[in-house]
Amino acid sequence: MLRHHQAPEQRSSSGGRVTVSKSRRIHQSRNDSEKEAVQHPELLPEQETVQRGLERFTPAQVDQKTAEVVQFFLVRDQKKIPVRRADLVKHVLKDYRNIYPEIMKRAARTFDQVFGLKIVEIDSKNHMYILVNKLETAEAPPITNPTNPKTGLLFVVLSLIFMKGGAVRENLIWNTLKKLRVDAGEKHEEFGDVKKAITDEFVRQRYLEYVRIPHTEPVEFEFRWGQRAEVEVSKVKILEFMGELHDQDPQSWTQQFREAHSISGSLQSAPSNR
Amino acid sequence: MARPMEDSHRRFLQTMMANGIVDEQSARTLYQYCCETHNTQHTPDKLDDFIETINSKLQPMFMQIRKGMSEDNGHQFYALVNMAETDVTRMSSDYADNELELFRKTMDLIVCSENGKASSTDILNSADTLTTKKLKKSETEHLLNRLVHDKWLNEKRGEYTLSTRCIIEMEPYIRSMYQDQVKVCHICRNIAFQCQICEKPTCGIKIHNPCVARYFKGRAEPRCPACDDFWPHEIPEVRRSRSQSKQ
Repeated sequence: MLRHHQAPEQRSSSGGRVTVSKSRRIHQSRNDSEKEAVQHPELLPEQETVQRGLERFTPAQVDQKTAEVVQFFLVRDQKKIPVRRADLVKHVLKDYRNIYPEIMKRAARTFDQVFGLKIVEIDSKNHMYILVNKLETAEAPPITNPTNPKTGLLFVVLSLIFMKGGAVRENLIWNTLKKLRVDAGEKHEEFGDVKKAITDEFVRQRYLEYVRIPHTEPVEFEFRWGQRAEVEVSKVKILEFMGELHDQDPQSWTQQFREAHSISGSLQSAPSNR
Repeated sequence: MARPMEDSHRRFLQTMMANGIVDEQSARTLYQYCCETHNTQHTPDKLDDFIETINSKLQPMFMQIRKGMSEDNGHQFYALVNMAETDVTRMSSDYADNELELFRKTMDLIVCSENGKASSTDILNSADTLTTKKLKKSETEHLLNRLVHDKWLNEKRGEYTLSTRCIIEMEPYIRSMYQDQVKVCHICRNIAFQCQICEKPTCGIKIHNPCVARYFKGRAEPRCPACDDFWPHEIPEVRRSRSQSKQ
């Protein structure tokens, strides 16, 4: 019987730790494992796994694998699809799964040093990651990033949810949009299928959450901010925009102002327009 | 020799990632802007060194910012390209297998043509010969629109050409895939599609349209640089580079 080095209580929820539940150490005999534990008693089993794992590969191989992880992230993130740890392990890491923490550490360093991006875990239960910009949004760049026309629509929905305290029944969204001459039931000139964009696209991209309201019959849904919105979108900027729109001081919305300037309100490092 | 990367480089790279390809003038303006935003020293004629710093860090990821010429206006462009793939599979995250097959067939038509163009009719006919899943006419038209939107092809009056970004990125693939058929410009030595050809049968050198414009500018009697025969084609005008010129 193989001895499992990861005792259940050490499988913490801190992001990036190896939590390979099936620690099938196919390449390692039981004797080796015990010898290892004796030789390096100061190492946690997880670190030990990584240490031993690194010895199996050449530096060039590890660098190559890191590069593949970086590319995987970039391709997914370009489409605003969050990266699932399980996919990363299955499609990219494969044999290198035991040194997952080391590869992720190096990938994060590459993103930081080369691209000015950082990897943020938006779902610690399902281990999902997105890339967030570390550079501040600059004033008047000479080449603007090609903006998705739907960004304006998203911004309106996010603003509405924020101003209403964090959750809004879907009917309110459709009605408000209708007042703004955007009929969710019809195909819009600029936004296309508005209902699909909001309930499907924005939800998949994690900008919005579309949640069932319990005990409603017939079933009703509400919208909340998604994890990507929490890290990418500045609540301060939304409040400033509202202030301009209504010709009011942002501080006049005391509750929202407090939330925008709280620690959770400033979760995002840089208001991103990527 | 390459300097360490700073925020000015990162901002430049992020902009390149968002746009895919920019013309030289915009690249120069962007370089200045990135340096000024991050209080880095800006030396106007050191853009290529600046890019080299970025490229040295991109190399392990098989990415590069490469320079190339537009066959339409002769202007220089900078494109962020993927060096890893040696096939059109670089596009496989965005296109289905049969769509990639049609793209390859379109490329076949363009490479083997005299004028570097493929008509929409010929492309639609190719759609009938796909070995992977067939494409309907409407699907083919939709695909061609996507390819233009994603900057792989250009379209003008129902004819399709390879975009500048496509040529820059796929040059190694095209050279190896079409080594017998691909034309090479006698002046700049890059692969050429929209070009003029020397009419002398024993010569037959090719020159890009913009390279023709530059090479023969101001000459009363244009002569082939290889065989000295009279160059019979119309000499195009040199297209001046405007600031912020769109691709």
